[in-house]
Amino acid sequence: MSTFLGQRVGLRLRRLMTHGWGFETLSYQCNLNRMTSDLSTYFPLRKARVHEVCGSGSLSFSAIVAAQACDCVFWIREAWRPEILNPVGLSDFFDPSKLLIAQVKDQTEGLAVMEEALRDGNLSHVVMELGEPLGLTEGRRLQLAAKAGKTIGLCRIPEGMGSNVAETRWHCTPILDRDDSTLQRWELIKNKSGTLGAWHVRWNTASRSLHMASPVTE
Amino acid sequence: MFDGIQRRVASIWLPRLPSDRALRMRPIDGPFVLTVKQKNANRIYCLNAEAERQGLNRGMPYSDARAFCPDLQSRPAEPIGDERFLQVLRRWATRYCPWVGLEGADGLVLDITGAAHLFGGDGMMLSDMRLRLSKAGFSAQIGLADTRGAAWGLAHYGEGLAEPGEALQALGPLPITALRLEEKTVIALQRLGLRTISELEGTSRAPLTRRFGPELMMRLDQAIGRQPEQITPLADPPHYGVRLTLPDPIGLYDDVMAGTSRLLNSLCAKLNAREAGARILRLTLRRVDQEAQIVELRLARPLRDPQRILPLFERGVADVDAGFGIDQMRLEATQVFPLPARQISTVSSSRKDQLEDLISRIGTRIGLENIERVLPADSHIPERSFIATPAVNSEPVGSWRALRPRPLCLFPPEPIAGTEPNPPRQFRWRRMPLSTAQATGPERITPEWWLVNDNWRSGVRDYWRVETQQGRRLWLYYTPQNPGWFVQGEFA
Repeated sequence: MSTFLGQRVGLRLRRLMTHGWGFETLSYQCNLNRMTSDLSTYFPLRKARVHEVCGSGSLSFSAIVAAQACDCVFWIREAWRPEILNPVGLSDFFDPSKLLIAQVKDQTEGLAVMEEALRDGNLSHVVMELGEPLGLTEGRRLQLAAKAGKTIGLCRIPEGMGSNVAETRWHCTPILDRDDSTLQRWELIKNKSGTLGAWHVRWNTASRSLHMASPVTE
Repeated sequence: MFDGIQRRVASIWLPRLPSDRALRMRPIDGPFVLTVKQKNANRIYCLNAEAERQGLNRGMPYSDARAFCPDLQSRPAEPIGDERFLQVLRRWATRYCPWVGLEGADGLVLDITGAAHLFGGDGMMLSDMRLRLSKAGFSAQIGLADTRGAAWGLAHYGEGLAEPGEALQALGPLPITALRLEEKTVIALQRLGLRTISELEGTSRAPLTRRFGPELMMRLDQAIGRQPEQITPLADPPHYGVRLTLPDPIGLYDDVMAGTSRLLNSLCAKLNAREAGARILRLTLRRVDQEAQIVELRLARPLRDPQRILPLFERGVADVDAGFGIDQMRLEATQVFPLPARQISTVSSSRKDQLEDLISRIGTRIGLENIERVLPADSHIPERSFIATPAVNSEPVGSWRALRPRPLCLFPPEPIAGTEPNPPRQFRWRRMPLSTAQATGPERITPEWWLVNDNWRSGVRDYWRVETQQGRRLWLYYTPQNPGWFVQGEFA
């Protein structure tokens, strides 16, 4: 038992040293390396898992994720929140007629709806806006549901409220660019099966496609 | 005409059906009228006997009636409810005979041929009808004769019973209005001095037909039985309800689901036979202590497939408190829509069906109206440029086109400091210090004056798209008529 535990701790340590700690301690050089690593390995998001996104650009990240869907997109939001989605703005990303919005009473109800929608398997993407941190049990249930239905789930979370169960967690921030108003920095801050990274991306409204951009230095 | 069987017809006239129905629901002593608005004036639609005694009549202006009778009480009339109630009475009258039709808006006609002996003869049946109707609070006049016309005449003018073959004797002394004639004809006949039916019968037919057309003689012949007249019995509307009574109470989830499945199969067979689909289903579970638990299921679209409906009941049935056991189950389709049979093909949209099933399933949890779809709307006002409607009642239509850049999310306007027409260089929004790097605008949007909208009280708005040094892209507006700056959306 103890040797097994030791092995596991060792594994975790090795992984932290290669990925996690490197992100904190190593400086610009490593940063550059990560910039050059390929976004296409992580995005489009892994199927049949639940992912998380935070930061001020999380809404456009969600919209770009939803744009990958070929059929209906299910968007779960709490009815009392004052912010409303503007479908006219969303039409830059995907056709809003694909959108189904579920207005739920509170987060518990929303999680139940999300589990149901993920498990069903007829939708390819389910987006939910979370206001409170997700417990391990709830998160695990969502992952199992996503696995059963082969559906991608995405939770928009407030910053710093990530759950350990998420497959990946992205931190998105819009970046000022005088020529183009879609530039964003996407940072992968948690990844269960792979390395972390950060990329600058642009969204082409006309062709509705995502493009990599070189980092802006000002 | 009927191979030796004497035809007998009863006609029930309910002269005060609307007011009797209103008084049945809420009894009132004293004069009472129902009013209806006609030609810009409130008129009396129906009145009770007390009001009639005070000198009021139908069609009288209501204000006149109040002057005649200061303690008059009134309620608005409901003609549609009356019509529906007459259908209920029609169904009730099938206890006497299977052939029951409607006679105008306030009467029933029953073909009681061969049914009267079950009640002890014509007279007994008539008094039974009278007793039951008066117990229910209706003043009814009933006529019974060999023909429909004679029964109608007796009900309206004589009230009574004509023995078989004696229609003419019973009708003879009645006025000619008892023949269902037009008012014009009646007046002309009265001027000729023909006041009763026996006088009309005694006159030679040919000159009357020449003067009044064939209708007069037809009505007379119909009443006396020389010409046949049909009674059209109305069919019962289809009833989509099934029930199951159990010898022993049940309480386990699986048992209840098995019972539901059995009910659902027979209900769906009924729906199938009529090419209909249920939209709302109600499962009533009666417990041994007389309590009833109701599980209501709303479907995203009409369905009649038991395999698809049954799983949707699982959640509702799981929440039921069985108490000491359930001994009666009743399943009813409360909203039914036509659902024609469809051609099944390999390219059919089974995926769409599955999506609708998912909407139904989630709808049972959060309410079907809470699953929305957005439709484009023709308005420049940002919050009114789209409509959110329940997904079940709408199809995705229209094309979306943003003529100018619009933010991804909108929120109620949040004021920021500044009164200059140009966007502020530095501002604080949601406790964040932000500085403007690039501002695009203005785009002026004027309020829709034809609609009252409190949010647009401050007049026209100049919208600016502001990109901040910190990265955030906001949608700001300035109100020139009432200087101030607000943030209303974020491009993210």
